[in-house]
Amino acid sequence: MHELPQTLLSGLALGALYGLIAIGYTMVYGIVQLINFAHGEIVMIGGFGALTVRLWLPDSVPLAAALPLMLLGGAIASVAVATAAERFAYRPLRDAPRLAPLITAIGLSIALQQIIWAFYPDAKKSRGFPQFQGDAFELTGSIHLQRDDLFVLAAAPLCMLALGLFVAKSRTGRAMQATAQDPDTARLMGINTDRIIVIAFAIGGAFAAVAAVAQGLRAGQINFEMGFILGLKAFTAAVLGGIGNIYGAMLGGVVLGIAEAASTTYIQHIPGMQQLGGGGWKDVWAFVLLIVVLLVRPQGLLGERVADRA
Amino acid sequence: MTALLEVDNLRVAYGKIEAVKGISFTVEAGEVVTLIGTNGAGKTTTLRTLSGLLTPTTGTIRFNGHPITGTPAHHIVALGLAHSPEGRHIFPRLTITENLQLGAFLRKDTTGITHDIHRAYELFPILGERAKQPAGTLSGGEQQMLAMGRALMSRPKLLMLDEPSMGLSPIMMRKIMDTIAELKASGTTILLVEQNAQAALSLADRGHVMEIGKIVLSGTGTDLLHDESVRKAYLGED
Ligand SMILES: Nc1ncnc2c1ncn2[C@@H]1O[C@H](COP(=O)(O)OP(=O)(O)O)[C@@H](O)[C@H]1O
Ligand SMILES: [Mg+2]
Repeated sequence: MHELPQTLLSGLALGALYGLIAIGYTMVYGIVQLINFAHGEIVMIGGFGALTVRLWLPDSVPLAAALPLMLLGGAIASVAVATAAERFAYRPLRDAPRLAPLITAIGLSIALQQIIWAFYPDAKKSRGFPQFQGDAFELTGSIHLQRDDLFVLAAAPLCMLALGLFVAKSRTGRAMQATAQDPDTARLMGINTDRIIVIAFAIGGAFAAVAAVAQGLRAGQINFEMGFILGLKAFTAAVLGGIGNIYGAMLGGVVLGIAEAASTTYIQHIPGMQQLGGGGWKDVWAFVLLIVVLLVRPQGLLGERVADRA
Repeated sequence: MTALLEVDNLRVAYGKIEAVKGISFTVEAGEVVTLIGTNGAGKTTTLRTLSGLLTPTTGTIRFNGHPITGTPAHHIVALGLAHSPEGRHIFPRLTITENLQLGAFLRKDTTGITHDIHRAYELFPILGERAKQPAGTLSGGEQQMLAMGRALMSRPKLLMLDEPSMGLSPIMMRKIMDTIAELKASGTTILLVEQNAQAALSLADRGHVMEIGKIVLSGTGTDLLHDESVRKAYLGED
């Protein structure tokens, strides 16, 4: 049992990262009932945007000082690609059959991956991402906080707080809630719902960039394929938490992150299941968790039943 | 003197199916005009086109002197055309106050908005008592009051009401109709779509009868109320 606090902490950091990405799925779904399956690639683009800024800056600039600019660069790249995807790929298909935007998203994912692969310098294999130097912080004798996890553990609550206040208190946030609940009636109020949809994509893009930087710091590298599994995990988190609910997305991310960490730590100790534990199986356990939750609560942890939607 | 609303030869289709087949009518400032007709006649389609939610295939709509055909919905409400939609469509997970505030979304005069919210609570005291509750917890009649109050929050030059008495108890229906009469007395211009033809025609200055996408009969409220074919078809007499 002595691994429990460490497992929770590692899981929390991983889960916060999933949660930041899951916000992008859930915001867009909540407003246009569209699953943006290219969102994983929006994350990847954010990572390369941040890396580009780091490479532009002189080596003498310490990582902590470069980080805000890297976040800005990553966010500009992610937001630009996410809003362009909305405008030119998804908006024309808004009244098309549901399969059309889905296929478009898959095409877009492949295109974005290939663009980075072909045109970003040396991106045919992984590119190194800066990491903080130094040992992990020793919180107590047996609990260590990785320096690079500190970033996501600070950034995720801040982002959530800002988003929660924005949605609940601002005029645009109110308009977002109205659009999510009843888009036609929102238009009758004078709300430009097209603009609201763009804002949802933009917020998702900005959060994706923060997640990409967190992932780069954790792994010490990024690559053109990184969006695939991250996107899949975060989508799982969004569904787990109740798609359409921003707090559900973060909660789903954290639950998923902890479950993954716990499966890596514990399952190998269960008699007869040794070979089902360890890192290679954690993705499987993530999806087992999803299936179990959806069997018990089809609407997800914090989701409303479909009947509650206007 | 041109009318506040002028609709000329309006046609609206859903794909290949034409729901409104060339209708023309006007609403003068200060008037209550009603559209009556059986289910599927095209009344809701007409209102949704006037407020910009649907785009007509042909025809023109002039509001307050401006052509508004093809203008997006969120600009039309700014011109002073408010629409309380069929089925009420309040925002169920926002509070009553927040619903009313959304009705004033394009207004900037904070004190005026606060004043109008209080006026809505005077008009419908039950809304004031429940101000902080999610609108989805209201009864059907209360939701209708909220939808009307919300539409009034934009201080419209023309208020369009689509079936405000639909699905309500007789007492609630009376209450809603009385409120419309009050609004009329205070000078509000109203385009009223109603299934309750008796109540609508008693209240209206003028009315139009719609059948499968066309206006088949027009007249003053009193004339239509006494018209034999109207009495047969819509007032349940034989
Ligand atoms: N969203 C829609 N798609 C296709 N047809 C529709 C739609 N809404 C209404 N219609 C059709 O258009 C016609 C007019 O409907 P509507 O305007 O709702 O009539 P009313 O309000 O007078 O009952 C009906 O035949 C109806 O079936
Ligand atoms: Mg109707």
